[in-house]
Amino acid sequence: MPDVTFTVDGKTLTAPAGTLLIDACRKAGIEIPAFCYYPGLSLQAACRMCLVRQEKVPKLQTACTTTVAEGQVFVTESPEIAQARKATIQLLLGNHPLDCPVCDAGGECELQDMTFKYGAGESLYVEAKQHREEQQWSPAVFYDRPRCILCYRCIRMCGEGMDVWALGIQNRGTHSVIAPNDGDRLDCEQCGMCIDVCPVGALTSGSYRYKTRPWEMNHVSTICTHCADGCKVTLGVRQIDGDAVIIRSDNRDKSGINNDFLCAKGRFGFDFVESAERLTKPLVRNAAGALEPATWDHALRFAARRLKEIRDSKGGAAIGVIGSNRTTNEENYLLQKLARTVLGTNNIDHQRSTDYAAFVRALAGHTGKTVSLRAIASAPAILLVGGNPTEEHPLLAWHLRTNVRLNHARLYIANTRPVKLERQAKLTQEIPAGGYKDLAAFLEAGQSDFSKAILAEESLVIIFGEEFRGETVDSLVTWGIKRNNVRFAYLGDHANARGAADMGLFPDLLPGYVPVSAPGDFAEYAGLPAAPGKSMTQMFEAAGQGELGALLVVGANPISWLGANPADLKNTFVVVQDLFLTETAALADVVFPAASLYEKSGTVTNTYGDVQMVRKAADRAGVKPDFEILVRLAGAMGVDVSTLVPFGSSATAGMRGMTADLGQSRGAQAGEADRHSVWLEANGLEPKLSPFDPLAVLDEIERLVPGYTLDRLNLFAGNDGTTEPGSSPGFVPVAALTGTEHIVPAHDTLFTSGTLGRYCAGLNELDKHQATELARTAAD
Amino acid sequence: MSGETMSIFSPRLAARFDALVKKYPVKRSALVPMLLYAQDEVGYLSDAVIAEVAERIGITELDVRNVATYYSMLRFKPAGRYNIQVCTNISCMLRGAYPLLERFQEELGIGHKGVTSDGVFSLEEVECIGACCWAPAIQVNYDFHDDLTPDHVPGILKTYRSKAEGAEGTAAHA
Repeated sequence: MPDVTFTVDGKTLTAPAGTLLIDACRKAGIEIPAFCYYPGLSLQAACRMCLVRQEKVPKLQTACTTTVAEGQVFVTESPEIAQARKATIQLLLGNHPLDCPVCDAGGECELQDMTFKYGAGESLYVEAKQHREEQQWSPAVFYDRPRCILCYRCIRMCGEGMDVWALGIQNRGTHSVIAPNDGDRLDCEQCGMCIDVCPVGALTSGSYRYKTRPWEMNHVSTICTHCADGCKVTLGVRQIDGDAVIIRSDNRDKSGINNDFLCAKGRFGFDFVESAERLTKPLVRNAAGALEPATWDHALRFAARRLKEIRDSKGGAAIGVIGSNRTTNEENYLLQKLARTVLGTNNIDHQRSTDYAAFVRALAGHTGKTVSLRAIASAPAILLVGGNPTEEHPLLAWHLRTNVRLNHARLYIANTRPVKLERQAKLTQEIPAGGYKDLAAFLEAGQSDFSKAILAEESLVIIFGEEFRGETVDSLVTWGIKRNNVRFAYLGDHANARGAADMGLFPDLLPGYVPVSAPGDFAEYAGLPAAPGKSMTQMFEAAGQGELGALLVVGANPISWLGANPADLKNTFVVVQDLFLTETAALADVVFPAASLYEKSGTVTNTYGDVQMVRKAADRAGVKPDFEILVRLAGAMGVDVSTLVPFGSSATAGMRGMTADLGQSRGAQAGEADRHSVWLEANGLEPKLSPFDPLAVLDEIERLVPGYTLDRLNLFAGNDGTTEPGSSPGFVPVAALTGTEHIVPAHDTLFTSGTLGRYCAGLNELDKHQATELARTAAD
Repeated sequence: MSGETMSIFSPRLAARFDALVKKYPVKRSALVPMLLYAQDEVGYLSDAVIAEVAERIGITELDVRNVATYYSMLRFKPAGRYNIQVCTNISCMLRGAYPLLERFQEELGIGHKGVTSDGVFSLEEVECIGACCWAPAIQVNYDFHDDLTPDHVPGILKTYRSKAEGAEGTAAHA
């Protein structure tokens, strides 16, 4: 649409013709209040708060439905408009209870803000307020009818946004209520988006209600610890009994790659942090063979001494290391560096949920062939092959739906089974079981309408699931690269599975998928073994044959994941770092209580290669981040930790000093925004004074890992940056990669999340509720 | 939906619905007439009625309820065989609708939206039924009685009661 020029409050504004006045004004910094308007959802024009005066039009107009055209003149604030808005608020308050002091929304309520602004302190409406009892629709969603202002946001969000259509409006006039789809219960995806968009306190969250007030919490923006989409969550944290406790998790910030969205796991799956079963003391196996609490000092010294003995007597080949797909990039990097330079072994692996190595190998040497989640959100044409985003990648599903709804993107779906997103698809193609390997040939042939449509697309994003491994990844990606207009995304599971792969938790690959046989820049690793090590399966085979002296497991549960025989580990010295006493931890000789992703800082990489900053929100007495545990373990083994973590003066080529100006010397400017520090941060030069500072390792990741060139300032500001491992010109693809035999996708549902999910009381309740709903529906 | 599937409606009504959903450019335009016809046949909008209407139109049951609850003429509980609707809007009110309504309440022993224990009568206070010229007026199912005084009440009730007794055992609705 061509741009038009119009006047608002005496200012001349320009916007494409047809833009909604409310949007055009908000972009220009003129705020027009509205309850029912929600960007991206259909127009409701129900609340009449956004009334503005348009020149030559006899009555006040709603800014949310007025589209701008050339030469229009608007006034958005005048006594007349203020009076109209005040009258609207008076009507809304006619039945709205004045229970702000106990309402969850108090302090972040749009009605409260508007009442303050327009001052409907007294009302002409003196009739008794209609009261109705509060309802609980599900473990997650409560509805307080009298507080509802009937803006329809929840209904539209549930229907248009989530494609669930579980909410409706019933009755008429003052009797109107929002109603859930199953009588007095909600049968839905329990995403909590309705709570999020509610401008008042009518919809409240089961996990948060009546716990605290918004201003009593610190709000920390970090990245969700559950699936591989990497939504930004805002954790509300409060000090309780010396711990910083997460009271709620929501999407207050709305600046992340998830825009408005957050799913049930992001919103309600944080209570594992406070689980009573959380490990808070190191455990060491005593002479009687039982795990008993020990001091950190004792546990570290004991573990370090035994690891050192085993390394020195049996060699590094007798030690295995298993990393995590939930810890940060820095921790994974440090873990593999510790394994390779301190323990002297390439026996390192992680619980692979998808075949990232094959993906990178297929992309080797090509740039701009991967696609970030932000780009997917606005891509004109998308082919989704395999996977089930609605269940396993809720944010991706949200972006696909939104992209189709708002941008008329063309979504093509090829799958062996029906998936919910087909409702948004332009064309679907059923793939016979085991047929993914022939997909490229099928598309290239251009025989069917489906492949003809795909071939006709000017640019295409292909998103494929974990059904693709090894050769099949190769054939699809090679086809796409040949077509020259295709970009790819590969779906894995877990918050940092991509990061674990990118950071070289492979027996044959260093960080950035650099082969151990040709280490390139990694030649600076002292004592890097040249031969590939053992995969996880091979480690357990070796353990069964009594050849594995020690096993270090960080945030993983290989016993349950592999289905390994616990007896295999009886002659192995096992050290486990984890949040809970998992099946694997129960077999360990030393267990270190680790911090969760919500209790530490660092970076994580989502499955699309977007790197984001994780910030410490909660604090639990007794636990330490895996990063610190690893550094302390190395220190206890007698290693100069500055060889592992480049901090302080001994760091690379003396670039950084032990002393740093922390702002004290800046005199009059000390209290101002520290421009010098901003510059240092932007260049990765801020002082790293502690061996426990993960950012010191981030420096090394940027320096050594191909594809990890980050915009630091952007990252620190809480935005996402993209990475493209394998794209660097000198990248040598590996011919023989460790096979695909041990890729086990998690297939988490909307309410499960591996070990963490087991300890999330909130998610378990939702799972139970939805199972009951399913049973009820089936019985009908 | 066609004849081969189980329908809770009579074949005649089912056929009428089949035609109705094809009549409008958008299927759900048929929703309100369908609900009215269904209520006439079944007596009220039972869960089964709502489920079948939703399925015929291809919308959710929640959608059907959203619309149905808006209209006060649509009901979700059975009414009596003869649903007495007393208008109390302005013309009727001025000409004595309230004494009339009170008389009905006394005679039947039920209030607004009540149903007699034998299920023959139900009583409702309703908005304008468009018979202002002959106020006060009432509507019993689809029959009008106008220009009434409270003394007419026993006679009206008697007529319908005997009708009900006469129809006992035969097909239900007039």
